[in-house]
Amino acid sequence: MRRTLPIFGVLAVLLVAIAVANPYFLELPGFLAFVKRAAPLAILAAGQYFVIVSGEFDLSVGSLVTAEVVIAARLIDGDPGATWPVIALLLVLGALVGLVNGAVTTFLRVPSFITTLGMMLILAGAVFLWTGGAPRGALTEQFRTFGRGDLGPVPWSVLILLAVVAAVVLLMRADFGRTLVATGDNPGAAALSGVRVPLTKTIAFVLSGASAAVCAILLGGFAGVSAQVGQGLEFQAITAVVLGGVVLGGGRGSVVAAIAGAFTLEALFTLLNLYGISGALESAVQGVILIAAIALGALNLPAWAARARATNATTHTTPDPTHAKG
Amino acid sequence: MSLTPRRALAGAVLATLLPLTACSSDLPEGPAASGGATSQGSGDGKKKTGDQSKFFVQADYDAQLAMRAKQPTGPADKPWEQAIDPQPVDTAAYKKTGQYHLCFSNAATDNPWRQVGWKTMQAEVALHEEIAEFTVLDAEGKDDKQISDIAELSAKGCDALIVSPNTTATLTPAVKGACPKVPVIVFDRGVQTDCPVTFIKPIGGYAFGADAAEFLIDEVKPGGKVLALRILPGVDVLETRWSAAEIAFDKSELDVVGVEFTDGDAAKTKVVVSDYIQRFGKIDGVWMDAGATSVAAVEAFEDAGVPVPPINGEDQQDFLQKWKDADLTAVAPTYPTYQWRTPVIAALKILKGESVPKVWNLPQPKVTQESLGDYLKPGMPPLHYALCGCEAMPGYPQKWGGK
Amino acid sequence: MTQELHTPLPRTSAPRGLRDLGADSPARPVYLALVALTVLAWILFLTDGGQFFSQANTVGILQRSAALGIVAVGQTLVILAGSLDLSVAFLVSLVSLVAAETMAGYGVLPAVGAVLAVSALVGLVNGLVITRLKVHAFIATLGISLIIKGVLDQRYDGPAGSVPESFQHLGYDRVGPVPVSALLWAAIAFAAWFLLRRTTLGYRIYAVGGDPEVARLSGVRTDRVVVAAHVLCALCAGMAGLLLAARLGAGAPTVGSDGGYDLESIAAVVLGGTALAGGRGGVAGTAGGVLLLAVLDSVFNQLEINSFAKDVVRGLVFVAALAIYARRRLAR
Repeated sequence: MRRTLPIFGVLAVLLVAIAVANPYFLELPGFLAFVKRAAPLAILAAGQYFVIVSGEFDLSVGSLVTAEVVIAARLIDGDPGATWPVIALLLVLGALVGLVNGAVTTFLRVPSFITTLGMMLILAGAVFLWTGGAPRGALTEQFRTFGRGDLGPVPWSVLILLAVVAAVVLLMRADFGRTLVATGDNPGAAALSGVRVPLTKTIAFVLSGASAAVCAILLGGFAGVSAQVGQGLEFQAITAVVLGGVVLGGGRGSVVAAIAGAFTLEALFTLLNLYGISGALESAVQGVILIAAIALGALNLPAWAARARATNATTHTTPDPTHAKG
Repeated sequence: MSLTPRRALAGAVLATLLPLTACSSDLPEGPAASGGATSQGSGDGKKKTGDQSKFFVQADYDAQLAMRAKQPTGPADKPWEQAIDPQPVDTAAYKKTGQYHLCFSNAATDNPWRQVGWKTMQAEVALHEEIAEFTVLDAEGKDDKQISDIAELSAKGCDALIVSPNTTATLTPAVKGACPKVPVIVFDRGVQTDCPVTFIKPIGGYAFGADAAEFLIDEVKPGGKVLALRILPGVDVLETRWSAAEIAFDKSELDVVGVEFTDGDAAKTKVVVSDYIQRFGKIDGVWMDAGATSVAAVEAFEDAGVPVPPINGEDQQDFLQKWKDADLTAVAPTYPTYQWRTPVIAALKILKGESVPKVWNLPQPKVTQESLGDYLKPGMPPLHYALCGCEAMPGYPQKWGGK
Repeated sequence: MTQELHTPLPRTSAPRGLRDLGADSPARPVYLALVALTVLAWILFLTDGGQFFSQANTVGILQRSAALGIVAVGQTLVILAGSLDLSVAFLVSLVSLVAAETMAGYGVLPAVGAVLAVSALVGLVNGLVITRLKVHAFIATLGISLIIKGVLDQRYDGPAGSVPESFQHLGYDRVGPVPVSALLWAAIAFAAWFLLRRTTLGYRIYAVGGDPEVARLSGVRTDRVVVAAHVLCALCAGMAGLLLAARLGAGAPTVGSDGGYDLESIAAVVLGGTALAGGRGGVAGTAGGVLLLAVLDSVFNQLEINSFAKDVVRGLVFVAALAIYARRRLAR
């Protein structure tokens, strides 16, 4: 639990700073607007959390979001009647992409970095092969409501986010959560204690793919059809998860903290925008804060560094390099 | 094969000595590329919009702004064949008979603008039976690949080589290398050499930026707050658009409250605009350096429940449609995709020995309230560009994704 | 034939006892695939009316792969050490600008010095952030690349500086069918091979990547090894930036990111049989991986396959190749 504390502290500081610059933020609509814009990334981060905590990466989610939006536009093509079937299809497709990622990673034993990098290229290429280079068709108002509209005073995306948060928290408290963390912590030990490691990891990928589909529905709704809606989202999602104190390599970290990481990132973007930090310097500030936050918050991140810290080496004998692992 | 270090070392030494004796170079003759354009800031007066880009060239700026008012020569219904201030060059030296083999080094096809242009160019090629072969290499946005592509194409026996450079300064050596072997036609971005037979471009980025800025200066009351949205820094063709707008805004009574980069991302655009609406209560005008995200900007006002102020987009279908549906006060300067037809036409002229302009300045119309109805064609995909000049081509509109 | 000329170092599987990880020859499949693809390319070119082994085509292949090849050599070192470097793409851009601007102002030698200094500094920072601040390499180098991107965005509006013609020869000259840039790549790859197989630092890189615990217990200062690998990787990116400046005649703020040198170099390294987790593999395989991608590109060029289809094929190749490696590893 202690590990998750820094991110909430950082988030609180950022939110206060936003409120100082923009008092409207303290009113309900202002705050809800912030949650609304953070929702897609938060959902994506929740999905990425499952994969990372199981010890893997999912680099394909950015491409998947783009592909889903482009597919939705072409299939719906302005026909309100197609909205619901297409939404169902998008969710299935997201889960299916996750299934393939998971199966290739676990059964074919391809490192997930490469599996999902390959998937990223395949999705980006295939979807535009299908549409002839640029998006076509149009989304309907019904489809866009989820990312753009409100239910009473509350934006739909906030409600969807709440539902997702509730679902993932319950999931992590259930047996699956313990199994997942055990898998990421030490797959060998987990397997010995009866965990079906490949199945667990595959489910993590499926959840990530499905979360990308939800993210695509919200983003497509929020901003409309675009050829680059998902660009760079994979790195943002991973950054958010890691900001939340979740350890790359698996086995540690909480999903709520990962979602808080996404909010932190979004708060940072808002703050930079509010304080008029020049667009060009924005990425530099992000980079510094990313490194600083991880360095301060998670002192035991890289496993090998942690081990290296334990002892001071004095001798210089050359080890036998054939002790390769794997 | 096993290599001892010593043997490998000897090989390495040999490899470094060899060039002295057996050197051959693909580097073109002549003085090195003059890097960087001359920079001339526009006065030292206090500026509201920050420093002028170091790529600003006063002479180009003046020429482009003047060109907007000039009458182009050529058929009025075919703007892709028109030229402003043409200085014809003789091409008798390149005259050939028979079938032609055209080659094209394309910078990329990675955005909707280039997609529309590329489809238009393919359709243009299909119109001409005398083109027997059309070889195309796509550099995928990589300068280094395009340099190799150009070298590869110039060795393929092309009769003419069309180049759409990925960046300006950096493709100059490669184009210089190709010029002696084959007549070269450059379009869209230029290169820093005059060795190509012709360079085809619409009037240019300064005119685009100025068209949009002048519209806002006319439509927004003095003292009004203007937000400027740019895609990315560091892209020369976009820098010129902003440079011209900066000059116009600095001379005006408008208050430029922010200059933001959107990465061409619709969601980010919407967020940025929403933040500005919250911060300033009211934004009186929006200037954009490209149209891809202008609909997102419009929606940010709609979602905030405030009237959409005067705004500029581009000739993209979704913006034109929004303009009509929401009855916006808007203008759409263009960077017409019909310029992709012209290089093919120019190549054929050159190979037939007909003269072409040294710099082929194509007209660059803007879509206004009056002409909106002419340019908005129903059934086209949201990211289609209206000024494709492709309406009468075979396969329209299906080939362009329309219905 | 042409392949022999520019890759003097591959196929280093000569047994060197326990030291030589080539004993399990992780590079062999990639060279088999390379030969197979080359034959396939040759046939495809013939049926399409082209000449695969024409000078223009081989020069094109080598020119296109040199910059990626050099970056990938450096990436091999960090991956072997159990780390990785996502900052190389923006570093390449930065260095091309440093090179071109310094050359325009002060001449070639100061420019080379400045490039080496800047890239070594970036590598050092990468290494120290990873080892001292205990930030995972993925995040550390992603953060550094964002910082470099910010500097580029802030300082440059487009291509800048200029490279004298004498230096452009690096990018354009050939020795017979072999471009000088490919010789530079070969020299750097050879140096890395020598470092990995013949020096203490090399053994330690394998040791740290293979099992940091064992390495530490046997007295290796793992932190120093990782920092050194990152400095060397950044120096390689620096050399690639110099080469690109020579090719372009100027520096360009987008040349590295447009080239995709970050993910592509990692992909080339693992295509070459180096384990992403570190400790196993080598530069020979990486050179094979880069050549494989280049031959594939050349086939795409000849058949004029559109860029979207290319992405699909590339993605499939990465995954399929790694699946085959995984099977081999299981079978042993």
